[in-house]
Amino acid sequence: MTHAHSAHDLLLRANKITKQFGGLTAVNEVSVDLRKGEIHAVIGPNGAGKSTLTNLLTGDLPLTSGHVTLNGQDITGWTPEKISRHGMGRSYQKTNIFRSFSVWDNVRLSAQSRSQPMPFNPLAWLQQASHMADVNKRAERALELAGLQNRRQAMAGAASHGEQRQLEIAMTLATEPQVLLLDEPLAGMGLAEAESMVQLLLRLKPLHAMMLVEHDMDAVFALADQLTVMVNGQVIASGLPADVRANEGVQAAYLGEDH
Amino acid sequence: MSDAHAPLETLPRSLKILLGAALLALAAFPFVGTDYYLQMVTRMMILAIFAMSLDLLQGVTGLVSLGHAAYFGVAGYALAFLTPPGEPVSLWWTLPAAVGASALLALIIGFLVVRTHGIYFIMVTMAFAQMVFYAFFDNKVLGGSDGLYINFKPEAVLFDLENKTVFYFFTLALMLLVYLFLRRLLWSPFGRALAGIRVNEHRMRALGYGTFNHKLAAFTLAGALAGLAGFLWGAQSGYVNPELMGFHMSAHVIMMVILGGMGNFAGAIVGAFSFEYLLHVFKDLPQVAGFHLGKHWQLWMGLFIVALVVLAPRGILGLLASLLKDKSEKQGTQP
Amino acid sequence: MDFVNFLIQLLNSVQYGLLLFMLAAGLTLIFGIMGVVNLAHGSFYMLGAYLAWSLAALTQSFTLAIILGTLLSVLFGLLLEWLLFRHFYKRDHLDQVLLTFGLIYVFEEMRSILWGDDVHGVTIPDVLSASIPLTETLSYPVYRLFMSGVCLLLALGLYLLISKTRLGMKIRAGAFNHEMTEALGVNIKLIHALVFAMGVGLATIAGMVAAPVSSVYPNMGSQVLIMCFVVVVIGGIGSVKGALIAALLVGLVDTFGKVLLPQVAGMLVYVLMAIVLLYKPEGLFKN
Repeated sequence: MTHAHSAHDLLLRANKITKQFGGLTAVNEVSVDLRKGEIHAVIGPNGAGKSTLTNLLTGDLPLTSGHVTLNGQDITGWTPEKISRHGMGRSYQKTNIFRSFSVWDNVRLSAQSRSQPMPFNPLAWLQQASHMADVNKRAERALELAGLQNRRQAMAGAASHGEQRQLEIAMTLATEPQVLLLDEPLAGMGLAEAESMVQLLLRLKPLHAMMLVEHDMDAVFALADQLTVMVNGQVIASGLPADVRANEGVQAAYLGEDH
Repeated sequence: MSDAHAPLETLPRSLKILLGAALLALAAFPFVGTDYYLQMVTRMMILAIFAMSLDLLQGVTGLVSLGHAAYFGVAGYALAFLTPPGEPVSLWWTLPAAVGASALLALIIGFLVVRTHGIYFIMVTMAFAQMVFYAFFDNKVLGGSDGLYINFKPEAVLFDLENKTVFYFFTLALMLLVYLFLRRLLWSPFGRALAGIRVNEHRMRALGYGTFNHKLAAFTLAGALAGLAGFLWGAQSGYVNPELMGFHMSAHVIMMVILGGMGNFAGAIVGAFSFEYLLHVFKDLPQVAGFHLGKHWQLWMGLFIVALVVLAPRGILGLLASLLKDKSEKQGTQP
Repeated sequence: MDFVNFLIQLLNSVQYGLLLFMLAAGLTLIFGIMGVVNLAHGSFYMLGAYLAWSLAALTQSFTLAIILGTLLSVLFGLLLEWLLFRHFYKRDHLDQVLLTFGLIYVFEEMRSILWGDDVHGVTIPDVLSASIPLTETLSYPVYRLFMSGVCLLLALGLYLLISKTRLGMKIRAGAFNHEMTEALGVNIKLIHALVFAMGVGLATIAGMVAAPVSSVYPNMGSQVLIMCFVVVVIGGIGSVKGALIAALLVGLVDTFGKVLLPQVAGMLVYVLMAIVLLYKPEGLFKN
């Protein structure tokens, strides 16, 4: 699979980003490009720095050095909320939902962030959140994409693991981001659920630039247009999946393991 | 916050009916109660407003402030400073001025403390409130430890606040207004965001919410409403002293909110009434075998609080709700 | 301010700071390791002072009073930990705040019932009652140097315990990861009890040692508790080093503030805390 890359497609560029914790270099001069219509998978053994990389891109961790550009804007040093509003969405490996709210309320609250009035505006204190039409529309769409329409009344904390993973994605989609950073969306899923998720990700692909951190190699090779392999904080190979797969260094370091 | 404190945002219908009946009783009370009890219930309603203001911060947003009394006391003092010794002052500008003073103080302190989390937040809110306490306690200019007197109730022109029954209904009206306002706010986009912050602030930030500003707004609004209560307290009692801003007052209002049940504002009202009533009961305990039980009311209150924390973390309304167990009521419907 | 006065104020600052450290160290350890906030921590300080007063009167020996008093308080602290506190390590901060606030009430009343509401003095033992002359007119009390000495010794002991002993290692491990430490065979319940006892002991000794200087009076615990909180916030929760530096800072700001800017002296420490909050909301030495 080859793609003609054009400058328009490039939505996120991480340029030689590094993260040091005291003496430990968790992420070492990693560069990643995310283009619209592409899924860029990042794989590597545990402790390779994949989660740290994700957290650097979302603004949860400050960079030690390097730059990140989102939609043409340098977002280095921005707060997570500012980055999110600028078009980034992120789903978590460890389900990070509002457990005591219903499934619908989870997605609705996520969608509401894009229509949130200024907190110090007294008029906004008298509005009814459930009557915000644009919010409801966005939430409904995200709910449908994730396939949770029939579970909207369920308490999020009481839903099944697979449903919670779907909710994870729904919440991320409800803010209508252009860039999606997905942290192990298939984690803990059974065969049928994983297949649904893969189909969902393929449906999302044309409209988003996606980075996928995953351990499920079958899914990775079914989905990825670009593949980056990280070991010990460094990129040891990056490019088309077929090429990376053939790379001997990668085979030795990582892909040699059984799955 | 743990599930033990998961708030009863939506009240079951049976509970709402009970509360409606209580409201009617409150409206009818002045016609059957004596002066002494009229004063007591007025005071309870003022504390109910105070408790509701904390519920916004604690029950809804999940911010445990150990210094909320600072904003309560400051407004009372504002009225004291604005009332000349020889004549009353107009209600219509002193009320907003006092509330504004509390709001401003809350905004300033909030800006400093809202950036902290968890136990830090608890400690710094307490510390700044103590700072305010000592500012008044140590300075004769501000009244010192003796406090200040307010010789006349504010003048309303349209009605006479010196009349105890009129003052009672004025307070009742304000309490109702605050309740309705806060219920409305709870289901507004702002209120929903605050609830989200309570449940999972990290995710709220990741979703793009400016949680600092939301918390600051909640802190300021809660301070303003506490100021409303403080103004009424000063007006009713005619006397303010630094204890109104003290640690004990802050702890008492936390207790009221816990006692009643957090997150729905009705619990705050129930808690305020119950706590004040309990205080009276403990203070009025008789002498038994030479040991004056009432004098040591703090002991009974302390033991009661310990028992409450261990046995009934969701407060009175929580207990009632599980007892009444309205099965036909669905979660998620609005009042 | 001339040099001698400066020296006196400096010594006072250090003495006050070290006293605060004794209390803050216990509080920050208990919170850092068990995650429980204890508003009644000041009550142990008060307990110490009252025990010093009554035991000194009973035994006519200050030394004996301190030993006995510490023993009694630690036992009391252990009882409290076993009965109440250990069930609250996993609970909300709010529950802990309420519980310990209720305890403050109970302790204040017990104090009132057992010892009454009057203010009492504790006499400085003769051997420590001298003063070191600094100039013709000014001298510095030996007792205050003794206070600083005791606090310094205990601080050193705490440092050695935490960083150089196996017990200290277990304590630090427990703060880091309960389950893992337990899995490795360490009796985490015992560690918690020990840490709690240490905190109580430090607070009590502080109260005892301070009693002759500060007098013994109702509510003395709450006043010192606030300063303690300020120290922990500035220093950083869980950091004993932070508590020491913050305590000395607070001691300096408060003491010199009272001398140089008496009108705003009471506010200065809070201004210091506000400044720290603006730049380091989690304290100077976050653990």
